[in-house]
Amino acid sequence: MSAGSGRVAGKVALITGAARGQGRAHAVRLASEGADIIALDACAPMSTVPYRLAGEAELAETAALVEALGQRVVARRADVRDLAAVTAAVDEGVAELGRLDIVVANAGVNTPAPMVEMTEQIWLEIIDVDLNGVWRTCRAAIPHVIAGGRGGAIILTSSAAGLKAYANIAHYTAAKHGVVGLMKTLAQELAPHRIRVTTVNPTQVDTPMIMNEPMYRLFCPEVDNPTRADFAPVSRAMNALPIPWVEPEDVSNAVLFLASDEARYITGVALPVDAGVLVK
Amino acid sequence: MAGRVDGKVAFITGAARGQGRSHAVRLAEEGADIIAVDLCAEVETTDYAGATPDDLAETVAMVEKVGRRIVAAEADVRDTESLRAALDRGVAELGRLDIVVANAGILSNGPSHELTEQTWGEMIDINLSGVWRTCKVAIPHLVATGDGGSVILVSSVAGLRSYSGVSHYVSAKHGVVGLMKTLAQELAPHRVRVNTVNPTQVDTPMIQNESMYHLFCPDIPNPTREDFGKASSDTILLPIDWVESIDVSNAVLFLASEEARYITGVALPIDAGALVL
Repeated sequence: MSAGSGRVAGKVALITGAARGQGRAHAVRLASEGADIIALDACAPMSTVPYRLAGEAELAETAALVEALGQRVVARRADVRDLAAVTAAVDEGVAELGRLDIVVANAGVNTPAPMVEMTEQIWLEIIDVDLNGVWRTCRAAIPHVIAGGRGGAIILTSSAAGLKAYANIAHYTAAKHGVVGLMKTLAQELAPHRIRVTTVNPTQVDTPMIMNEPMYRLFCPEVDNPTRADFAPVSRAMNALPIPWVEPEDVSNAVLFLASDEARYITGVALPVDAGVLVK
Repeated sequence: MAGRVDGKVAFITGAARGQGRSHAVRLAEEGADIIAVDLCAEVETTDYAGATPDDLAETVAMVEKVGRRIVAAEADVRDTESLRAALDRGVAELGRLDIVVANAGILSNGPSHELTEQTWGEMIDINLSGVWRTCKVAIPHLVATGDGGSVILVSSVAGLRSYSGVSHYVSAKHGVVGLMKTLAQELAPHRVRVNTVNPTQVDTPMIQNESMYHLFCPDIPNPTREDFGKASSDTILLPIDWVESIDVSNAVLFLASEEARYITGVALPIDAGALVL
């Protein structure tokens, strides 16, 4: 896609958690429609997270994928738990790419545990990444979007768990509900600047955050050593559509729609990409 | 470039003008052929002019101008057989059915206890039962086509919150959301997705008329479009007076396309923030 002809041509998008999974897919999809990308990721393990988190090589791969599409990219290692780091990375990206139009607050982690067994450390880490991290991303980014004076689109990655309950992930459910509340408040505060704020609310997505042994055990408590194959029918039974999970690209297409001028008057909205989980 | 709904066929009610025409043209621009129906006549309990056969002919011309085929017919969403005949002819001619946009709707107003039985009844019969009839005749074709499909019901912000003075409209549009959620359950095994769009005020003849101006501006003796714009703006968050038909069409296009292949059971507001005001 040459500059000037895509659905977000000429715009600059900030994406957190961009090293892999949904964040990478968003970076690639927005770049394929003409956006330049500021890609952030912590690129490090977290103390309570029981599956492997992305590393710097994966962030570099995201950057390479964006560049292969002919768009510019500023990739930086930054943890959404560190406002100073996020602010510095966003400031650098905006300085290099010249503007900021789209924010995709995507970075998130999950550590399943029954409420009564959940340690305070687990609770706090999930809240700090999945809710506070979204706020820090907005805090660092919004001044740039306002300064641009051209409006903008902020898309917060919530979850179906931001709209309904799931047992054994109380922290994640609370954080993702909190993201919906933050979105609605930001929609009010930023409407005078023509900055729209929405969430995407996916069901299970085929990414490393879901495809790992602790999650398999959460979904398949009766199975001794559950695998992806054991997880599939259980996950499928939660969706209305006859599929086990959605792909990162499905969330990316929703993000693209919300980021584009096609959605110029959509704000304050939680958009499920959930294969019908909420009406199941 | 390939269109976003290339090769698909879309059935649209209320297609002679306003949002319905806009949906027909937008979907056609992205590669769909169109089956367009409209009453093309006055409705008894509304006090603005209905669409005309000339309006529907203009929709036909606009779709053909972007290079797509269109089968258009006069049909009433209160009459299952007229809808079925029009749709069956369209599917016979165009070969399949993939997308349904149940858009036909009317608006009248009055305090709940002052509405006549006729005004209440006609509203429910067109804006709710008409949507059900549209689905009833269309769903067998979607299932028969066998490629899944996307059904988009036009609800309203009034399908998610109330507005005084239009209780019949609010009830019908809420009912459309309930119908959507139920259909989403029933049709998921066929990979047919069902969603609503929920617009705020849209710049169409259903809204831009004296009766609505009076409802929105009760303290102004002869309210104008400009007076209405100010009052309408107060009901939404973004600094605009209303949204345009094209904004609803872009949401319809997204939901109709494969980009939304796993989105079902969702009410999508195009409401400039009315619900979070």
